[in-house]
Amino acid sequence: MIEAKNLTKRYGDKIAVKDLSFTVEPGKVTGFLGPNGAGKSTTMRLLLGLDHPNHGDATIDGRRYRDLATPFTVVGALLEAKAVHPGRTAYNHLLCLAQTQGIGKKRVSEVLDLVGLREVAHKRAGGFSLGMGQRLGLAAALLGDPAVLVLDEPVNGLDPEGILWVRTFMRQLAAEGRTVFVSSHLMNEMAVTADHLIIIGRGSLIVDCPTQEFIDRGTKQTVLVRSPHADELAEAIVRAGGTVSRTDDGELSVEDLDTARIGEIASAGGHVLHEVVPQRGTLEEAFMALTRDSVEYVGSGSTHDAGARKSGGDAQ
Amino acid sequence: MTATAARPTATPVTSHSSFGGLLRSEWTKLRSVRSTGWSLGLLALLYPSFTALLVGLTVANWEQTDPSDLALVVSDPTAVILGSGFLISQPAICVLGVMVIASEYSTGMIRASLLAKPRRIPMLAAKGVMLSLVVLAVSLVAAFVSFFIGAAMLSDKVEASLGDPGALRAVIGTALYLAMLSLFSLAIGAIVRRTAAGITSVIMFVLVLAPLVQLLPGKFGEYTHAYLPTEAGILIGQATQHEGDLLTPWQGFGVFGLWTAALLALAAFLLKHRDA
Repeated sequence: MIEAKNLTKRYGDKIAVKDLSFTVEPGKVTGFLGPNGAGKSTTMRLLLGLDHPNHGDATIDGRRYRDLATPFTVVGALLEAKAVHPGRTAYNHLLCLAQTQGIGKKRVSEVLDLVGLREVAHKRAGGFSLGMGQRLGLAAALLGDPAVLVLDEPVNGLDPEGILWVRTFMRQLAAEGRTVFVSSHLMNEMAVTADHLIIIGRGSLIVDCPTQEFIDRGTKQTVLVRSPHADELAEAIVRAGGTVSRTDDGELSVEDLDTARIGEIASAGGHVLHEVVPQRGTLEEAFMALTRDSVEYVGSGSTHDAGARKSGGDAQ
Repeated sequence: MTATAARPTATPVTSHSSFGGLLRSEWTKLRSVRSTGWSLGLLALLYPSFTALLVGLTVANWEQTDPSDLALVVSDPTAVILGSGFLISQPAICVLGVMVIASEYSTGMIRASLLAKPRRIPMLAAKGVMLSLVVLAVSLVAAFVSFFIGAAMLSDKVEASLGDPGALRAVIGTALYLAMLSLFSLAIGAIVRRTAAGITSVIMFVLVLAPLVQLLPGKFGEYTHAYLPTEAGILIGQATQHEGDLLTPWQGFGVFGLWTAALLALAAFLLKHRDA
């Protein structure tokens, strides 16, 4: 189990993580989501004792990372940036890490097999593709057979086969009762991999809920209605308990009522209907809307453009 | 490249934390990158080669050499022998010492190392112990080989043997100096955290700045120069005390040791408190 309590981290006058608290439970894959620059990697570095928080604390099974005598047996970590000397072979990279905690050579060979790098074990890591590099990182994370895994963007740069492999692998690790905490900036990837979601924007917590709940909430069904009597129809729909908003084209976007009910209302009021189309928003849209809002909330004055996220302090 | 997701462990993984484990890890790191071989290979090769070259030139030009210079050679042949290859082998050690830690920063390996040892300082300690032991071993071989080559080449003109006063200490001392220099460079590398900047600053200091301080006028220049880390440290590699040396060989080496210890302490403090 991973616990973050009021984590705050500043780099200079820029706040990377702000009063962030959450718990990551064992037996599940917990997705850690946020747009690029939201503070995911920083949070993971704080969890792993690489960076020192300005406030707050992070513990793994009740202990701070820096208090672990043989950390690899407790937590396995894959960091986003490469953490490998390119001149060293995959085998020697893993061996020098294993030796720090008395883990034997047999285990080094085991994890190389496990991630499918046996054939290139004695090749220099500098020549590895992104995918092979990620596999080597995963092998290092698994050296001590840890009960907790912290993986920063593990599918980054992988081909579809590699993505599927990592996804299956993570699901299996969680099924074995391990805590799997995995960051990503891809909502759809997490929707199919994670059981639970923790979403942050600009270093603050936005969502902490089961994936299914987020999907249900985020992909609320709406009905698009086109009618020459839009104004009168909108009033009738609101009276019937629906929520109506107007699109730029003068169409009605209706929530809380289904297509059949809207048809009945129109018929009863004698309003002509040109189009009634049920619509379901995508998860990616829900995620973007959510994080965009959080960004606006913090840095006022930005527009709705996708590229509106600016570095802190430009507005207030 | 496919791998079936097998169970992560067939047998339980055993582990234990020990300084011996850290030393083994640092040995693996040292022997598994090319820069170590290059640096130590250059040291082992260049030191005896330059000894042979410069002692050879000295012997060849014996008749044309100024009598006062000849007197110096005759009074302290060990200095001629050890000093010739010494200058050329120092940079190799500076490069190795800086690279051992700074390359971890430039490649990102430092993050893996710190994840393995989150207390951090034992990692630096193990690095220092392993580096200095390896450098000491190679330097001892290089210094002894150089001495025997040089002594053999000089034998027609002047007798030099390990039995001469201070000669054995000078040979071993040269290796001790190079081992301490590797630690000195390691500390600079750990503080600067950049290979190019680290290497440049160590080499500039050792080969250019420190010797130049001799030119400062009066007592001030004399004392400052005498207590500079490498200038004091190298006294241990000289068989005989020179006129006006402010420190004895072991005092000089002690001064170098104190400088290095202070820099290592600063490096350890920064390692502990800086974000990786």
